[in-house]
Amino acid sequence: MNLSRKWLNEFVEIDVGDREFAEAMTLSGSKVELTHDMGEEISNVVVGRILSMERHENSDHMWVCQLDVGQSEPVQIVTGAWNIHVGDLVPVALHKSTLPGGKKIEKGKLRGVLSNGMLCSLKELGLDERDFPYGVITAAALLNDYHPIDPEKPSIPEEIELGHKIFGPVVAAGAGEVKSLGDGRWSVALVWAENGTPMGTTVETECQNIHSMDLVAFNTKTRTICTLADLHAEQREFPHCIPDGIFVLQEDCKPGDDIKKVTGLDDHVVEFEITPNRPDCLSVIGLAREAAATFDKPCRFHTPEVKGGGEGVLPELLDVETPDPELCPRYTARMVRNVKIGPSPKWMRERLRAMGVRPINNIVDITNYVMLEYGQPMHAFDYRYVNGGKIIVRRAAEGEKLTTLDGKEHTLTANHLVIADEGRAVGLAGIMGGLNSEIVADTADVVFESACFDGTCIRKGALSLGMRTEASAKFEKGLDPMNTLPAVNRACELVELLGAGQVLDGVIDILNYVPQPTRLKVEPDKINALLGTDVPENVMYTILQKVGFTTTKERGVMEVPSWRSDVKEMADLAEEVARFFGYNNIPTTLMRGQTTLGGYSPKQRLEQKLGAVCRSCGYDEIITYSFISPTWYDKIGWPQDDPRRKSFKILNPLGEDTSIMRTTTLPSMLDILARNYNYRNKDVRLYELGRIYLPGREDGLAGEAKVLTLGAYGEGFDFYDLKGTVEAILKDIRAEDIHFDGSLGAPSDASYHPGRFATIWCGANQVGVMGQIHPNVAKNFGVDGELYCAELSFDSLYYHAMGAGPEYVPLPRFPSVTRDIAVVCDEAITVGALEKAIRKGAKGLLKEAALFDIYRGKGIDEGKKSVAFNLVLRADDRSLTSEEADEDVKSILETLEKDCGARLR
Amino acid sequence: MKEQLAKIEREALEAITGAGDPAALDELRVKYLGKKGELTAVLKQMGKLSAEERPAMGALANEVRSVLEETIELTARKLAAAALEERLKAEAIDVTVPGKAVKQGHKHPMYSALDEIKDIFVGMGFTVLDGPEVELAELNFDRLNAGEGHPSRDWSDTFYFDEGSRVMLRSQTSPMQVRAMDSMPLPIRIIAPGRVYRKDEVDATHSPMFHQVEGMVIDKNVTMADLKGTLNLLAEELFGKGTVTRFRPHHFPFTEPSCEMDVQCHKCGGAGCPTCKGEGWIELLGAGMIHPNVLRMANIDPEEWSGCAFGMGLERTAMRRFKIADLRLIFENDVRFLEQF
Repeated sequence: MNLSRKWLNEFVEIDVGDREFAEAMTLSGSKVELTHDMGEEISNVVVGRILSMERHENSDHMWVCQLDVGQSEPVQIVTGAWNIHVGDLVPVALHKSTLPGGKKIEKGKLRGVLSNGMLCSLKELGLDERDFPYGVITAAALLNDYHPIDPEKPSIPEEIELGHKIFGPVVAAGAGEVKSLGDGRWSVALVWAENGTPMGTTVETECQNIHSMDLVAFNTKTRTICTLADLHAEQREFPHCIPDGIFVLQEDCKPGDDIKKVTGLDDHVVEFEITPNRPDCLSVIGLAREAAATFDKPCRFHTPEVKGGGEGVLPELLDVETPDPELCPRYTARMVRNVKIGPSPKWMRERLRAMGVRPINNIVDITNYVMLEYGQPMHAFDYRYVNGGKIIVRRAAEGEKLTTLDGKEHTLTANHLVIADEGRAVGLAGIMGGLNSEIVADTADVVFESACFDGTCIRKGALSLGMRTEASAKFEKGLDPMNTLPAVNRACELVELLGAGQVLDGVIDILNYVPQPTRLKVEPDKINALLGTDVPENVMYTILQKVGFTTTKERGVMEVPSWRSDVKEMADLAEEVARFFGYNNIPTTLMRGQTTLGGYSPKQRLEQKLGAVCRSCGYDEIITYSFISPTWYDKIGWPQDDPRRKSFKILNPLGEDTSIMRTTTLPSMLDILARNYNYRNKDVRLYELGRIYLPGREDGLAGEAKVLTLGAYGEGFDFYDLKGTVEAILKDIRAEDIHFDGSLGAPSDASYHPGRFATIWCGANQVGVMGQIHPNVAKNFGVDGELYCAELSFDSLYYHAMGAGPEYVPLPRFPSVTRDIAVVCDEAITVGALEKAIRKGAKGLLKEAALFDIYRGKGIDEGKKSVAFNLVLRADDRSLTSEEADEDVKSILETLEKDCGARLR
Repeated sequence: MKEQLAKIEREALEAITGAGDPAALDELRVKYLGKKGELTAVLKQMGKLSAEERPAMGALANEVRSVLEETIELTARKLAAAALEERLKAEAIDVTVPGKAVKQGHKHPMYSALDEIKDIFVGMGFTVLDGPEVELAELNFDRLNAGEGHPSRDWSDTFYFDEGSRVMLRSQTSPMQVRAMDSMPLPIRIIAPGRVYRKDEVDATHSPMFHQVEGMVIDKNVTMADLKGTLNLLAEELFGKGTVTRFRPHHFPFTEPSCEMDVQCHKCGGAGCPTCKGEGWIELLGAGMIHPNVLRMANIDPEEWSGCAFGMGLERTAMRRFKIADLRLIFENDVRFLEQF
């Protein structure tokens, strides 16, 4: 919501700077987003009167002007514009002036002639013709500016003379005296020759670029001076006869006046962010109320006065029906006849422009003006298209079609509310008018509608058609039905003020609701208790009265103003009091009362622990989106019928890429690995503790399980690097009986390399999987190297981390005996199987068996390998003898041979 | 004999102090003090002396022996010290060669910021709650006083899983307030961090998935002054002692009165600069006193209990904390980014 401070000052005078104003309004609840000085960039630009004009000696198109700029001496300025004349008032950017866009003007020489500044166009002041419709420039095609496209074949000969025919009745004529008629028209004396006979006449024209001595194209038949269009000429043929030029002022001003005042650029605009509970503040009046309360200043509101007396009897001309009263709590309308469509006055255009609304014509501008001032959307439509003089506010018929003012055709449903005559819809209620009843240049009779529609109905209607408008945005928040009548009267008052038509007596006003003002008991103790303040009772009443609450006969009971439907109970009153008492004047205290034992749950502590161990292993934490593309299941190689593909599907996703809730974290990890791979980041190790979302719960929500995902790649990084980290994690949480199962032929996972994949177990429970990503899957993510991932179920980790805490075991008191053994076995025998056999064969003295070498090659048969272990044997109660140790090793070797076919090397 | 001893002493001392290495020294020891050494040879002549001369000569001989032994010992020590010095010199290394890398992983900056916030509240007796992201619209909206017709319920703003708009991705962590009220005994002090989802296209400041931290207190006599005190403490813990805050009125359906808290811009100290868009203040969080309707819907009597609640965006807090300019960096997970924190 933009607010013109000039407009605001009409209702309440606030004479502080923008910054102070913004700060105070923000702290009382009307958040200011930014403030803007409309003329900030313009300085040292004044009104000048042209005293004389001479053609530039060294230029075929420039003029040397002397101007009165309110100083003791005239200033000389050179200009290339042709639309100015002696006596014109024009904006003059003097030496050392600034213009919008950071443009700086300084004196200088133009083709040898001194110019002390620049004359400005509308555009150069940051304005356009909508701000000043009279600033439109019509250019005559001046023959002395003719530049043929093909110099070989000019369509107008260079040596053309007065009276020479151009085509048909159009001849070349010389301009004599040029006089302004004051209304933007000019009288031009012309001379030419017909068959050698000198001819002369004086014609009126809108063309502003004609000066004495110019050669014009004159149509002797229509007696008009031709424009480029009349000659079917292209702009480049007449490069200086352009519809652009100096802004010739028709304002009441004098040389030396600041151009910002003259053009209304001296206003300051404040942009507010209004919260949805305060639609009343989407208006100048609403913000004036807040400003008055904030600065403790009186408000001067005005009650519209309509003279009326227009021809006709309103009830005979117009009838309104509201068959769906719940969707239209109030419908108010008035009528204006003999309308004269034209531009609205400067002050109105200025205010509209300051608020960011484009001026269009007087009637449309009035509806916008009233909407901005009162916050009540208005609609004006052409009475002649209301067939039968009957307005029906009804639900649209299914499939009913309506083309709105923006030219778009809509197919409607019964959820849309329309304004219709007996036969057809003429507007979308509360959203946009219909093209079929638009105000046009020859509109004579106008109906002003000022209604209150059901917010939800308008919101849904606008949403379903994808056309949220200024009006619908207001209606959807729920407007004050009490506001429709003053608003329509204000519109009619403005019609009379602008002389835009004759207002008929009487108002059509249909009330489908019973106004029931809210009354609330003010309970100062409770308000203070909620706020933690001790605001005196009388201060509370003063504050509430400032924002429009009124006292009632009942002591302590106040009536809530009609525009404050958001105030319903004590807490709402407390907010009003707090806003003007000052949020920052509320003391700051710390919570008292019963203390609570806060802290982290065991699960949260485990999460912290897992993160810490991952980081200590060199893994960086990542965060990935919970929603993924369904194609990612293909990318990770899951079969089409994989039950894990069943996912929560978002019905209105942003895009396919983020349309389903993941049931696996793997593709998210692969995506990030691939991204880092593409960035050529070396040796990447990542982890994420993220959720997956599994369907199947009875309450319709997701089973949201957490997964610890590890992902890594890098030079020399292999399965065992990752396995080491997984083991470190499991050891850190003191999980017991950890083993990895990955014998060839065991159930695999399509995402992984079948020969480099293991399921991870704690006792009889699988806690996760790990391995090298299948090369095809890696390729799907654009990676041609080896990627490694592990997925560990958080819940399983939590279950296995629940074991007993550590307990001290006495340190060994007797020395141990170590023996290294190397056995040769078949390639297919796993180290796991060998280890199992070693433990099985030991007779109670074996404390550790650690793999230290696997060897294939010279000295070992094809298809075999040599595996070496370091065995540590120890007794807790005595020093072992060599013989005792040998006996155990012997037994171990026998078991190795028996169970695994492994022989001592 | 006396002369002999003196001569041996003189020659030996000269030889010993001139010895260049331990081996030479050892040779000298044998030469002079050994069983067949020169001093021993002289002592063997003691028998030839008279009984009167013997004690004096014996003493002299012992003196010479002990002088030589001491000198040998001293020289040996000197030689050893020199040898060690020599060796250490040879072992010198270039200490500017980088150390052997120990790769440490890094916590994601956003979770670093979150952990800080969690610790602050846990210290104040808050419990940390975790809740579902696939949530019922009833908890995300209705129970938070945002009834049918509230704009944020639109399909253009919120992600839904069913045509009936019943199950959705939570658009805020606030439903955790309701879950806490429904499941915990009073009084309650909780914070609930987590992921939330809104239909915003990705850009430098928006993401369809982001994180919030919700906080709520319900107790007897909780006041807005208490809320302010608690949030000021948070601001000081996060941004340093003496951090200046201000509270502005705002609107949320589930709090009344509602407010937003701003922190004075750290860059310009409130004067206005590009960081704070000229305002001098940076918005940190939204808060307020729990709306009586919300308490009533949870069967908590607003006449007896009152409460306050707040919610803050984590991404923005982390971005401010670590001066991260673009939100997309947070979800891009480039290790060159992650390893800066």
